[in-house]
Amino acid sequence: MRVSPATSQRVAVGFMWALAAITFAVLVFILAFILAHGLPHVTWSFLTQSPTSMGREGGIFPMILGTILVAGLAVLVAAPIGVATAVYLTEYTREGRLTAVIRFGADCLAGVPSIIFGLFGFVFFAIALGMGLSVLSGSLTLALMVLPTIIRTSEEAIRAVPYAYREVSFGLGSTRWQTVIHVVLRSAIPGISTGIVLSLGRSISETAAVMLTAGSALRLPRSLFDSSRTLALHFYILAREGISMTNAYATASVLIIAILALNVLSYWLMRRFVAKVGR
Amino acid sequence: MKRDRLIGAVLLVVALSAISGLALIAAFIFREGVPIILRVGAGQFFLSTDWEPSLGHFGILSMLGGSLAVTLGAAVIGIVFSLGLAIVLTQFAPPGLAAALKPAIELLAGIPSVVYGFVGVVTLVPLIRHALGGPGLSVLAASIVLGIMILPTITSIAIDALQAVPRSYVEGSIALGATRWQTVTMVLLRAARSGIVAAVILGMGRAIGETMAVIMVAGNALALPHSLLDPVRTLTSNIALEMGYASGDHRQALFATGVTLFVIITLLNTAALAVSRRRAGRRRVG
Repeated sequence: MRVSPATSQRVAVGFMWALAAITFAVLVFILAFILAHGLPHVTWSFLTQSPTSMGREGGIFPMILGTILVAGLAVLVAAPIGVATAVYLTEYTREGRLTAVIRFGADCLAGVPSIIFGLFGFVFFAIALGMGLSVLSGSLTLALMVLPTIIRTSEEAIRAVPYAYREVSFGLGSTRWQTVIHVVLRSAIPGISTGIVLSLGRSISETAAVMLTAGSALRLPRSLFDSSRTLALHFYILAREGISMTNAYATASVLIIAILALNVLSYWLMRRFVAKVGR
Repeated sequence: MKRDRLIGAVLLVVALSAISGLALIAAFIFREGVPIILRVGAGQFFLSTDWEPSLGHFGILSMLGGSLAVTLGAAVIGIVFSLGLAIVLTQFAPPGLAAALKPAIELLAGIPSVVYGFVGVVTLVPLIRHALGGPGLSVLAASIVLGIMILPTITSIAIDALQAVPRSYVEGSIALGATRWQTVTMVLLRAARSGIVAAVILGMGRAIGETMAVIMVAGNALALPHSLLDPVRTLTSNIALEMGYASGDHRQALFATGVTLFVIITLLNTAALAVSRRRAGRRRVG
């Protein structure tokens, strides 16, 4: 029996809607599962105290601080480099062999797995440059990891700024640099921020690379040369070594809430940017 | 003007940092990893399943097989879901619903891999153990978890590829009396084929490079898998599991595992770039 085109369309579209529904259900399930088990244990004292007996008791304050330091510093290092690269690619050169090489580098870097970044950060920052397993080694490794994201999103944001803006600025007698700073970057800021916020989210989520570079010390980091355990790694160690399921769920909840907040922020920034440059 | 040229030079130096970073990574990983491969012998290193660091036996065939198995499994799941999502979102969903579902897919990409691994190990692994037997920690569990993790990557690139197909192709097909679904299978998917292939290759690169989720659900057994229910260890898990205490030759062998992974990923990325460049070239001509 031959199935009519209309019937096969109904079946196919129904199947694809089912796939979409499953995907959405998986997302909701993961978030709800973690938050339902973890949120009740996220108390003020859990957020502000240090862990005791390897994390079985006590809170996660040092890991919150460690995460903010490692991820924050990573983005602080990567953002200027990434934005400058994007400015160079869009405003200071023509497409040619050089831009192809720069883009190829960024594309390849984006594909390198985090465990390789970890191995590299370990031999390069921690050993060769003598930084040891530390906040600094971890954040520089992550900076390299998120650099391609920042380059790509900044480039897209800068390209979306209408060309007429630049012409007006040049017409008023501005130099290229003045135009970049006062006109192009100012208009592109919300778009660039989206990439920075996404990179912050990726840095917070990362585990394999920080495990090999920032170490897993439980104490409060006193300087950038101290080892510090991030939230994601703490969660992994608590869960994998079965130290405390309760604290594992609670730590994961804090992580998930941070990721959710960053995603909402980047979504809001993106909408603002689209409204601003009027696409 | 002179100042502008100076600024341009400074920006160029900064812009070279991504490619320099890549070169540094390759140099350091290879310097640490290649000597041990030469010492052990490439044949022994890649084709032996005997990994016993304390005895100086370094063969990574089990891990190669493990990585291959979970990557292929993830690709199958990733392709089915991603293509379905990309097609339904671009062709059949009302615009409002599509706009609401896209941030959800982005959020899926933002969930940390440790969280995927953890949810997998406490929900999916027991399910597989009870329903299908075996230890639960398995190729199947890792494929499902990885399939979901690479779904956002493949979906977003596939959506771009589908949207890049000229509208006139679709309109022509509809005007000839084809249904929307016939248009999708006979016109859209064919026109967007190279973009979709690139998406799948990049997704596979993601899957083979993923570490923490796989460690938690794949079981990490040192043997080639014979069924979907067997536990496996991947190249990435091997590094992450043993780096903490490895030294000397053992540590170098882990870097050599990294070299292997780096080469595989570079090949995959180059293939994806070549495929999407061919597409760009053809579009310019056509």
